[in-house]
Amino acid sequence: MTIIGWLQISLLFLAVLAVIKPLGLYMAGVFAGERTLLSPLLAPIERGFYRLAGVDQTREQGWLGYTLAMLALSLAGFILLYGILRLQAYLPLNPQGFANVPADLAFNTAVSFVTNTNWQNYAGETTMSHFSQMAGLTVQNFLSAATGMAMAVALTRAFARSQVSVIGNFWVDFTRATLYVLLPISLLMAVVFVSMGVPQTLDASATATTLEGAQQTIALGPVASQEAIKQLGTNGGGFFNANAAHPFENPTAFSNYLNIFAMLSISSALVYTFGQMVGSRRQGWTLLATMAILLIAGVGLVYWAETQGNPILGALGLDPAQGNMEGKEVRFGQAMTALYAAVTTGLSDGGVNGMHGSLTGLGGLVPMFLIQLGEVLPGGVGSGLYGMIVFAILSVFVAGLMVGRTPEFLGKKIEGREMKFVMLAVLILPLAILGFTAVSAMLPFAVASVGTGGPHGLSEILYAFTSAAGNNGSAFGGLSGNTPWYNTALGIAMLVGRFAYVVPVMAIAGSLAGKVKLPTSAGTFPTDTPLFVGLLIGIILILGGLQFFPALALGPIVEHFAMLAGQTF
Amino acid sequence: MFNQLRAALVMVLLMTALTGIAYPLAVTAIAQVAMPHAANGSLVERNGVTVGSALIGQAFASDRYFGSRPSATGPEPYNASASSGSNLGPTSAKLRDRVAADVERLKADGTEGSVPADAATTSGSGLDPHISPEFVRSQVARVAKARDLPETEVAALVERMTEGRALGFIGEPRLNVLELNLALDALKT
Amino acid sequence: MSHKPVAPSLVDPAILIPAARDAVLKLDPRKLVRNPVIFVTEAVAVVVTVLFLRDLWARPAEAGFSGQIAAWLWFTVIFATFAEAVAEGRGRAQADSLKRTKSDLTARRLAANGEIEPIPATMLKIGDVVIVEAGELIPSDGEVVEGAASVNESAITGESAPVIRESGGDRSAVTGGTQVLSDMIKVKITVAPGSSFVDRMIGLIEGAQRQKTPNEIALSILLSGLTLIFLFVAVTIWGLAGYSGTVLSVTVLAALLVTLIPTTIGGLLSAIGIAGMDRLVRFNVIATSGRAVEAAGDVDTLLLDKTGTITFGNRMATDFVAISDVTPGEVAEAALLASLADDTPEGRSIAALATGEYGFKAPTREADAVVPFAAETRLSGVDLAGRRLRKGAVDAVLKFAGIAHSDAPAEFHQAVERIARTGGTPLAVADGSRLLGVIHLKDVVKPGIKERFAALRAMGIRTVMVTGDNPVTAAAIASEAGVDDFLAQATPEDKLAFIRREQQGGRLIAMCGDGTNDAPALAQADVGVAMQTGTQAAREAANMVDLDSSPTKLIEIVEIGKQLLMTRGSLTTFSIANDVAKYFAIIPALFVATYPALDALNIMGLSSPQSAILSAVIFNALIIVALIPLALKGVPYRAAAASSLLRRNLLIYGLGGLVLPFAGIKAIDVAVTALNLV
Repeated sequence: MTIIGWLQISLLFLAVLAVIKPLGLYMAGVFAGERTLLSPLLAPIERGFYRLAGVDQTREQGWLGYTLAMLALSLAGFILLYGILRLQAYLPLNPQGFANVPADLAFNTAVSFVTNTNWQNYAGETTMSHFSQMAGLTVQNFLSAATGMAMAVALTRAFARSQVSVIGNFWVDFTRATLYVLLPISLLMAVVFVSMGVPQTLDASATATTLEGAQQTIALGPVASQEAIKQLGTNGGGFFNANAAHPFENPTAFSNYLNIFAMLSISSALVYTFGQMVGSRRQGWTLLATMAILLIAGVGLVYWAETQGNPILGALGLDPAQGNMEGKEVRFGQAMTALYAAVTTGLSDGGVNGMHGSLTGLGGLVPMFLIQLGEVLPGGVGSGLYGMIVFAILSVFVAGLMVGRTPEFLGKKIEGREMKFVMLAVLILPLAILGFTAVSAMLPFAVASVGTGGPHGLSEILYAFTSAAGNNGSAFGGLSGNTPWYNTALGIAMLVGRFAYVVPVMAIAGSLAGKVKLPTSAGTFPTDTPLFVGLLIGIILILGGLQFFPALALGPIVEHFAMLAGQTF
Repeated sequence: MFNQLRAALVMVLLMTALTGIAYPLAVTAIAQVAMPHAANGSLVERNGVTVGSALIGQAFASDRYFGSRPSATGPEPYNASASSGSNLGPTSAKLRDRVAADVERLKADGTEGSVPADAATTSGSGLDPHISPEFVRSQVARVAKARDLPETEVAALVERMTEGRALGFIGEPRLNVLELNLALDALKT
Repeated sequence: MSHKPVAPSLVDPAILIPAARDAVLKLDPRKLVRNPVIFVTEAVAVVVTVLFLRDLWARPAEAGFSGQIAAWLWFTVIFATFAEAVAEGRGRAQADSLKRTKSDLTARRLAANGEIEPIPATMLKIGDVVIVEAGELIPSDGEVVEGAASVNESAITGESAPVIRESGGDRSAVTGGTQVLSDMIKVKITVAPGSSFVDRMIGLIEGAQRQKTPNEIALSILLSGLTLIFLFVAVTIWGLAGYSGTVLSVTVLAALLVTLIPTTIGGLLSAIGIAGMDRLVRFNVIATSGRAVEAAGDVDTLLLDKTGTITFGNRMATDFVAISDVTPGEVAEAALLASLADDTPEGRSIAALATGEYGFKAPTREADAVVPFAAETRLSGVDLAGRRLRKGAVDAVLKFAGIAHSDAPAEFHQAVERIARTGGTPLAVADGSRLLGVIHLKDVVKPGIKERFAALRAMGIRTVMVTGDNPVTAAAIASEAGVDDFLAQATPEDKLAFIRREQQGGRLIAMCGDGTNDAPALAQADVGVAMQTGTQAAREAANMVDLDSSPTKLIEIVEIGKQLLMTRGSLTTFSIANDVAKYFAIIPALFVATYPALDALNIMGLSSPQSAILSAVIFNALIIVALIPLALKGVPYRAAAASSLLRRNLLIYGLGGLVLPFAGIKAIDVAVTALNLV
């Protein structure tokens, strides 16, 4: 680790810090239905959309109606995307003449993009037509992100309101999130990406004759427009197989900053929006501080582990000065790769600028563990916020009793009903991750997909289901996931991880919205203090650690010790 | 419920038109008009022939050129239409054997002392256009010898072509192999 | 207070021996299923026992290990049921003495034709009228419809001084099992058989039909959820280990599961609840449900009656103010003499002040004439050696002296006004037509009450004083006592409206009352405490009854409620924090055979894999026993703000829970190794 490396890392966090308040306030205005700077341009489109869809924007929904609307939208999105992928050979903008996507892969991919996971069992530049990339995948990058934001806002309203049954109108929240937040920022960022060298063309490829006379076909496409929303919506699905390690997706140190900044900014600012909407900005900062501390610790751990290098390769005569360079790009180096790896998994982005599967044992443990913690640092747009709120509720419940009162969070009593839904939500991750991993580890044909022997193979499977259930999308790429088993199992894990989690969360929202908002007093359990930050960190780490420690011990942890001992498999 | 389904279908179609068609086409239009070079892949031409992209690495086998990093793309290295990393884990025997072979090759090619890490490891994309200054320096003698140039001249070129950190801390010191080799070719003529 | 609450000793064999028997009876899975964590533990214990028996047969070499694990799993279950049994046993001792008061009671029922027929008390129905004479026990709860009697209620309250029960008014309620000492009363029975106050009390104390409280349910959900997660972890680990060819025995997975699920809090949860009720009983308060005890912990506002809670019941003389050329001593002497015929507490307090503060003695000479205090005249006095001394209400004394209101000296008016302004009551003193001075009567705030209110405020609890006084008086006393707010000239309707208003804002209200007209407010309040001396209506409406009839009890009730919740939270935190160390004991032990490198995780340096697993299981069982006293006594309680309580408890139970098992497991490992158990 070097001072320069930490300076590089600090710059990113400072930039995000600077944008949290203005963006957070802007979004609070957007979701309160206020007029914004962009209203003159976008309000007519917004009204037109509501009219065509038959949505009464003044009518708010209860939690069930809100959730059903979200499920309906996701279902419609899935059907359309699945259809596009299955029929891409007949659709326009297919300059490479790619065939239709096979059924299991199309299912996996459609689920993947609808759930904001963007797990890719395909290589973009050799599978997807431009039309599929644009009208299929890019659209879901917007919609799944806007859906997550809407859910988070609805839950936020449940805390802000007192004794009501409605938590907003899904169609309005979703539309406004897309039109006023995601679309304009994406447009701006896409243009900046182009200026940094990210291609944006409808051509399929360029052909070059290398200096040594070989033919090199260079895949191109509408990359910038997808790159912008991929990061902004914490989707992470790359245009190319190598994702943001590909020089066309991420050509320079500055584009790398923009990538990470884009994924962190909305998720972080939404936490501020939360604070603003519930009337306690301090609460927003408290949650942000919790996220930042854990995230920076994660960055530090990856950075440290990777700069230590791989002693096995060192023994072969490799200079350890650069650290472990396998799977990393020279232009990013260790600090920016570590930063990317931790942020993309602390969020639910899943884009990568270096291959996670080639990280050292400890370096690979961190991204996996960050996903297993529930991707709340600060998590996917929306999903991270509601995930963090679930943890906050859990922390308040466990520790809140210690002050001798029925636990309450932001003036809402946490009782049996809330705990039931919280536990339902919390159960989902271990169920999907450990269940599918254990089953796969015992199925010979599933084990056959593994790319590396020894504990790393188990890590590959574990990471795959961790990533799918956490709706992350990054991978230990050694696993050949494009098989009927993984396409299906990962697809189910993604669906469960997204919807089986969010439905109980929305039920919590419904339950809380109906409760009285209690005034605070000196006897109230304080949830906006450094002590609470420490408590929340403790609960997140202990709960996550207890669930996944045995699995991690058999994967990355043993790999770490094996690596130190010079053992190969 | 039917209302919701109808709203969902209509919304998805409208959003597809807006974010899936209008948005990428708008970006394409802006990009093609304002920044055609970047928008089309930052291609590099020499004497009217496209020799590659400034952002995409390519393989150099000859002693006369500075070599790129090993690449894990298939079927051939630096296949710019199928990016890929090796995805080998740290305790992989395959990785160990591959690195061992590369180290041996580099040593045979005249690398002295320990081998720079990027010289024997594959990048995440398999298309890394850059190599580290250390890796370049370890090749200077070989290239100079193959081109019959004084080492100092090649070293000076390397010095000139090294990209540093912006503002002293952003980015990593590196050299673009294609541009370096183009400059090398230009040096000779 | 009649008696200081004394908790029975924790090692009283009279409680422990029957508790040990009950603990075994509670192993019945049909009963245990109410407690999911311990139920799972029992199921696992059964499985491991079967495995042990199989090992005895098939693999005797391993039977020693699986036998010990099975034994300790059973101990874990038994320790948990034992904790509950001990908690119940402590209440049962008290219930037994109550039961004795009930046994073999015979009632003399007044039949429709006026005849008296003896029937067993258990046959009495609502509406029956019985006759109870001196020396007899009242057969069941009821209302006095005729007559008055002194009643000894010590069987219930422990207070030996008899109380008066009479028909009509607020003192008409009688309780079954109490004894009439004098006179004869007719009592109309108001409860069905088996649901009398004593019956309910016995039920509550024994915890027989104990319902889980809302918070307990929520906590059970959390614990069940965690149990489910760890069940899943333990099951899947088998598949994960299979990947690397590690075969794990069911015995070690069972050990892993039981050490991970929150057995500590799971085993102690119901004991904590029972002990909380028990603590309340020791404070002579009977709660009708555990829900009310929990609600007490949440109370935001205490509605306190001024009289008896904040001030001593009566106004007392605190000062003599002389006017013009009279000396205070003369006023004191005159007031003393004039009050000799005043038997009211106020009159006695004037005499007490004059004799105490000014050293006068009551005269021995017979007075010429005595004017006793009467409500109509509102003055009292004495004619003595030609002096006609009077003291009383200002108007009445001025009238006696024949002085028009406007003719009284300005000095006199100033004194009267000053006293009234500060919430006191001025009494005038005159000798014939000569005004001597003014007596300052005031409500005296109980010593120490201000500090208690300050402590409550620090805990975030507002105190509101309710009084019939006018706003000026109320404000003066409120500021002297340090309450946050007051309700002056309060009618029962005002109280009810106030409670509703506060509840609308989401606050929880506690209040106490005794009169029938308090009943609506008691019912509306979240925690309503009725006085045992109060009316039946009040006792029915309230969710707690204070046997001591002490209004300050409300504060203790709140503290007990808070302590109950704190104990639960602290032990939950402790239980979860414990798991970290257990992982470091068990995980390396499970996999070290396949991956020797994982011995690096054995940071405690446990001697062997088997010893590590056994030590973790033993620790897990013993910690339940070790914490039974804490569960029964409750965590130490201090009145402090939430943030400082949290910091303290988090440090002790969170950090302590993290660190302690490392030391504990290591110590057990050393012992296990030394004894050569594995």
